[in-house]
Amino acid sequence: MYGKRSTFLSVMLAFGLAFFYIPMILLVIYSFNYSKLVPVWGGWSLRWYEVLFQSEEVWNAVALSLKIALVNATFATILGTLAGLAMVRFGRFKGRTLFGGMLVAPLVMPEVITGLSLLVLFITLKQLIGWPAERGFTTITIAHITFSLAYVAVIVQARLTGMGQTLEEAALDLGAKPFKVLTAITLPRLAPGMISGWLLAFTLSLDDLVIASFVTGPGANTLPILIFSRIRLGLRPDINALATIIILFVAVCVALAALLMFYQQKRQELDQKIANQGDA
Amino acid sequence: MSDTTQDMATQPADSQSSLFRQLARRIQSRWRSIILFVPYAWLLIFFLLPFFIVAKISLAEIVIASPPFSNMIEWTDEGVMNIRLVFDNFIYILTDNLYYRTYLNSLKISIISTIACLLIGYPMAYGIVRSGPVAKRLLLFAVILPFWTSFLLRVYAWMGLLADRGTINNLLISLGIIDEPIRMLYTEFAVYIGIVYTYLPFMILPLYANMERLDNTLNEAAADLGSRPMNTFFKVTLPLTIPGIVAGSLLVFIPATGEYVIPDLLGGGNVLMIGRLLFNEFSANTDWPVASAVAIILLVLLVLPMTIYQYFQGKAAEGQ
Repeated sequence: MYGKRSTFLSVMLAFGLAFFYIPMILLVIYSFNYSKLVPVWGGWSLRWYEVLFQSEEVWNAVALSLKIALVNATFATILGTLAGLAMVRFGRFKGRTLFGGMLVAPLVMPEVITGLSLLVLFITLKQLIGWPAERGFTTITIAHITFSLAYVAVIVQARLTGMGQTLEEAALDLGAKPFKVLTAITLPRLAPGMISGWLLAFTLSLDDLVIASFVTGPGANTLPILIFSRIRLGLRPDINALATIIILFVAVCVALAALLMFYQQKRQELDQKIANQGDA
Repeated sequence: MSDTTQDMATQPADSQSSLFRQLARRIQSRWRSIILFVPYAWLLIFFLLPFFIVAKISLAEIVIASPPFSNMIEWTDEGVMNIRLVFDNFIYILTDNLYYRTYLNSLKISIISTIACLLIGYPMAYGIVRSGPVAKRLLLFAVILPFWTSFLLRVYAWMGLLADRGTINNLLISLGIIDEPIRMLYTEFAVYIGIVYTYLPFMILPLYANMERLDNTLNEAAADLGSRPMNTFFKVTLPLTIPGIVAGSLLVFIPATGEYVIPDLLGGGNVLMIGRLLFNEFSANTDWPVASAVAIILLVLLVLPMTIYQYFQGKAAEGQ
């Protein structure tokens, strides 16, 4: 639908975007503030970046968070892709309703409930089979995979539905083995969806505080846990500096992803053009 | 193009291909069970099983041990299995004034926040839909971008704005509008701001997706028949966007009800919300049976909106 945009709608849009971006812009500006009191301006300075870079605690948290996010994104993409394939391509199978329900529920489940129930599971497992011996990297990663795979499955399902099945059917008719069809046709065509799924899982993991707080153990602080423990007590200029770095990093990544998608689309259009010319 | 390839493929070797297909199907059925088994088992163990354990603990008594709850099944000396279910936790929660008030307050805060998101998000989504193709892309990008930055840091940004000596108070004082800072941080107002700020994109995106599919000729037809824009909006556009309104509202309402970080950081100790109570019950008091019962009641409260959401999503998927 494309009609004219009334003044009222334009004003609301401007107001909404200001509401979105002003707090973040201020956060960035105050990170360059010399003063120890965040809202009191004391002149431009990179002092808090220095403080931040010298903190070993921060570096450890960054390393742990990145490690968890990488492992999580990879496993969640594999499991989510398998789950998406099963939901879209397998027709009816035993337990499909339950499976579908378990795939959607993590998306809407309140984090406190997911976190609490996973912690209880880990403790029960430890009592019964002695694993996981201690909570930290392993338990946080498992928890993150569990909710991330649901997000990946949503993306994969959408992509599979959009792709249609004609190419796979053609390949089967031409004598390709199902496994070959999967690896030579379905998975390559699914790749863009899997990449978006991987990125989403990576971001979700880096962002999670509540579930990680429940299932972590002593000493294993992810970056959000560290940030949270500091800002609970009030404003801190070094956290502003950290926030600025994270916001810039995300902005650059998202811009790159957008550019990549733009060029891919251009190339596809070009390919299509060439293909059409070939047909004629 | 795909049609022609398929025709060419099916014409020769009919009997061979049916035999091959049978074989292929058999191999595929094996493949299928392997592909299905891994995520299925994962979700059963790490998603479904934990809920049963929580439900079990909610029916136990607190004991001084590790883990701090009693066993549901006990074997007596005579070898008789003894199942003990304790509903005390639920009775305690439902009759205790604090829990009762906290549940109600969570519902109140998330309902008001959802309405606020709808009032701000609806015109924004409509404005995006009615923009030109380039502006539309940029605006959509601007709405999604905050979504990718850290949720925690976005809440933190508001701490800086709302604090007693924060940006807003400093600005108002320097403009001479107020003499004393207004207390905004650590109030319920701050929690509303935080929830609306965080969950507004969840409202805008489903609304946008819904409005984008609307047929503009309906509006034109209404205008041709003499309907004024306001009248057309309320009689044509608004009813057609109800699926978007429902999806967006539930996507805000459900996570807002169980929210922990926002009431903790922006509400301080002054705002009662169930997610925060649950977290504190668990970490500070270590009263696991009561915390589990709190979680079960929260889940029961949210099952209805979650089911409605899934129903609408299913219908939307069928429609596509």
